[in-house]
Amino acid sequence: MDLLNNLALGFGVAFTLQNLMYAFGGAMLGTLIGVLPGLGPVATIAMLLPSIYALDATPALIMLAGIYYGAQYGGSTTAILINVPGESSSVVTAIDGYQMARQGRAGAALAAAGLGSFFAGCVGTIIIAAFAPPLTELAFKFGPAEYFSLMVLGLIGAVVLASGSLVKAISMILLGLLLGQINTDVISGTPRFSFDIPELTDGIGFVVIAMGIFGFGEIIANLGQPAENREVFTKDVKGLWPTKQDFMEAWPSVLRGTALGSILGVLPGGGALLASFASYTLEKKIVKNPRIPFGKGAIQGVAGPESANNAGAQTSFIPMLTLGIPPNAVMALMVGAMTIKGIQPGPQVMTSNPELFWGLIASMWVGNAMLIILNLPLIGMWIKLLTVPYRFLFPAIVTFCCIGTYTLNNNSFDVFMTALFALIGYAFYKLSCEPAPLLLGFILGPMMEENLRRALLLSRGDWSTFMTRPLSAGLLIAAFLMVVIVMLPSIKNKREEAFQDAD
Amino acid sequence: MKIKSQRDFWSGLMFVVIGVAFAWASTNYSFGSSARPGAAYFPFWLGVLLAILGSMVLFKALTIESEGGDPIGAVAWRPLLIIVAAIVMFGLALPRLGMAVTLPLLVTISSLAGDEFHWKDALINSVVLTIGSWVIFIWGLKLIIPLWPVFLTAGA
Repeated sequence: MDLLNNLALGFGVAFTLQNLMYAFGGAMLGTLIGVLPGLGPVATIAMLLPSIYALDATPALIMLAGIYYGAQYGGSTTAILINVPGESSSVVTAIDGYQMARQGRAGAALAAAGLGSFFAGCVGTIIIAAFAPPLTELAFKFGPAEYFSLMVLGLIGAVVLASGSLVKAISMILLGLLLGQINTDVISGTPRFSFDIPELTDGIGFVVIAMGIFGFGEIIANLGQPAENREVFTKDVKGLWPTKQDFMEAWPSVLRGTALGSILGVLPGGGALLASFASYTLEKKIVKNPRIPFGKGAIQGVAGPESANNAGAQTSFIPMLTLGIPPNAVMALMVGAMTIKGIQPGPQVMTSNPELFWGLIASMWVGNAMLIILNLPLIGMWIKLLTVPYRFLFPAIVTFCCIGTYTLNNNSFDVFMTALFALIGYAFYKLSCEPAPLLLGFILGPMMEENLRRALLLSRGDWSTFMTRPLSAGLLIAAFLMVVIVMLPSIKNKREEAFQDAD
Repeated sequence: MKIKSQRDFWSGLMFVVIGVAFAWASTNYSFGSSARPGAAYFPFWLGVLLAILGSMVLFKALTIESEGGDPIGAVAWRPLLIIVAAIVMFGLALPRLGMAVTLPLLVTISSLAGDEFHWKDALINSVVLTIGSWVIFIWGLKLIIPLWPVFLTAGA
C-alpha cells in the first residue's frame, strides 16, 4: 500500500491550485514553442529554462515536466499537419500522420496521437511510481565503481541508437566530457583550463551550451536553408473525433506501443526516439492487412509510435530520478535544472524531498491530462500559429534566449559564451556532428570524474576494480556488447535502413 | 592524398586538435598516480582518447569513398555573423542601456539575418517583444533585469 500512500502524497502536492497552474502553464508554453517547426523538446526546454529561475524547486520541476510533454506533443502536431517533425521521435509519426492529414483526416490523426499519448502517459506514471522505490534501494548499493560503469553504459547507450557515425558520436561525448572539465577540481581545488578567467573557474553553464548550440545554432542553420514551401491543412481539420472504425483499429496499437515504449524508455539512451521507431516496425510486422497500407495514412502508424514515444518519455524519468543519471539530452536538462534549484539528483532525492519526488510523478499524469484538455480543443489555434512567418518567429526566439542567458547569473559573460557556442553549434551542424551526446557528456563529466577517482582511491590504484565488482563488470560488459552489436555488419545495415525508412 | 569525405575530414581534425590541446594543457596540473589521481588524470586520458578517435575519423575520411565527397556546403555567413553579432551587442548593451533600448536593437539587428527584411515588421516585432518580455520577465517572473538606460536612472 506504499504505492497508494506515495501517490496520494504526490497528488496532494500536484493538486494544489498553484502547482496545477504551473503544470498547465508549462504544458501550454511547451506546446506553443513545440509546434514551431524545427524546435524539438531540447531546444524548447533550453529556451524556457529562464521561466523557472524564480520558482521554488517543486513547482519549477513540475512546470518543466509540463513543458517537456507539451513540446513533445507539439512536435507530433507539426509532424502530422505539415510533415515537419519537431523532434526526432516524431519522425515516424510524420510518415502516416501527414498522409492522413492530406486525406482530410488530420483530426483523427491528432486525436489518435493525443489519446494514445494520454493512455501511455497514465501507464507510464504508474510504472514510475511502482519501480522507482525498488530501483532507489538498488542505487544505494552502488559504489563509485558502479556509478562510473553505469555512466559509461548510459553514454554508450545514448549514442548507439542515434543515426550517423558511431565513432563521431562517441567523440562528441568525449568532447562534452572535456568541456565539463573546465572548472575547479573538486578534490584538489585547482582551477583547470580556465585561462585565468574567473567566470570559467565555476565551469561553463550548461544552459549556455544548450542555448548556444540548440537554440541559436538551429536558428542559424534554419536561416541558412532556402525557405521551404509549407503546406498547411488549415481548412481540412474538421470533425476532430476519429470514427468508430478508427478507434477499433487504433487501440491495439496503443496497447502495444505503450508496452514497448515503457520498456525501452528505461534503457539508457533509449527513451522516446527508439520507442517510436521500434513501435512503427512492430506495427508493420503485426498488422498484416491494414485497411489503409502503412505509409499511406494508416492510423496504426500514428497511434502506435505516438503512444510508444510518450510511454518512453515517461519512463526515461526513472534512471534520472532514481540514479541521477540522465538517459538522454532532455533528462540532462532536467538534471541541470535540478542543480540550479540546489537539488543534487540521485537516489537520496526520494527520501530527502518526498514532496518533490512524488509531486513530480503525480504532475506527470496531470501534465498528460492537461495536454488532452489543451490540445484537442485548441488544435485550430496551433495551426494558426504555424502560419506566422519565420521572420517574426526567429527574432522572438533570439530575444528569449538572450534574456535567458543573461538572467542566469545577471551577467553578460554568459551571453558572450552563448555567442561562442552558437558558432560552435553551427560548425557541428555543418560537419554533421550530432550535438546531443555532447550535452550528455558535459552533464555527466564532473560526476564521472569524481566517481572514477574515488573508485581508484578505494582500490589503491587498481583498475581491475571495475571488472572484479560484479555489478560494475556487468554494466561495462553490457556497454561493450552494445558497441559490438552495432558494429556487426548485418545490424549496421539494419540500423541504417531503419533510419532511412523514416526519411 | 585525396580527402574522400570533407565533413569527416574536418570533424576528425577538430577532434584531434581539441584532444591534443586538452591533454597538453592538463600537463600544467598535478597528474598524480592511479592510486591518488590528481587534477590532470581524467582530462589527460580523455584528451588522448579523443585524439585517437579523431584520428580514426580522419583515417576513414581519407580512405573510404563517400557519396560525392560529402561536401560541407556553403556556409550561411550572413545569418551566422548577424545573429552572433546581435547576441554580443545584447551582452554589451543590456547592463548599460536596459531592456527598453536593447531589445528593439536586438530584434531589429537579428531580423536582418532573414531573407526578407521590412522596417515595418521589425518595428512591430520590436514593440511586441519588448513589451512581452517586460510582462513575462520583469513583471511576471520578477527577474532583475535593467529596464532603462543607466544614465536615466543614475540620478534617481
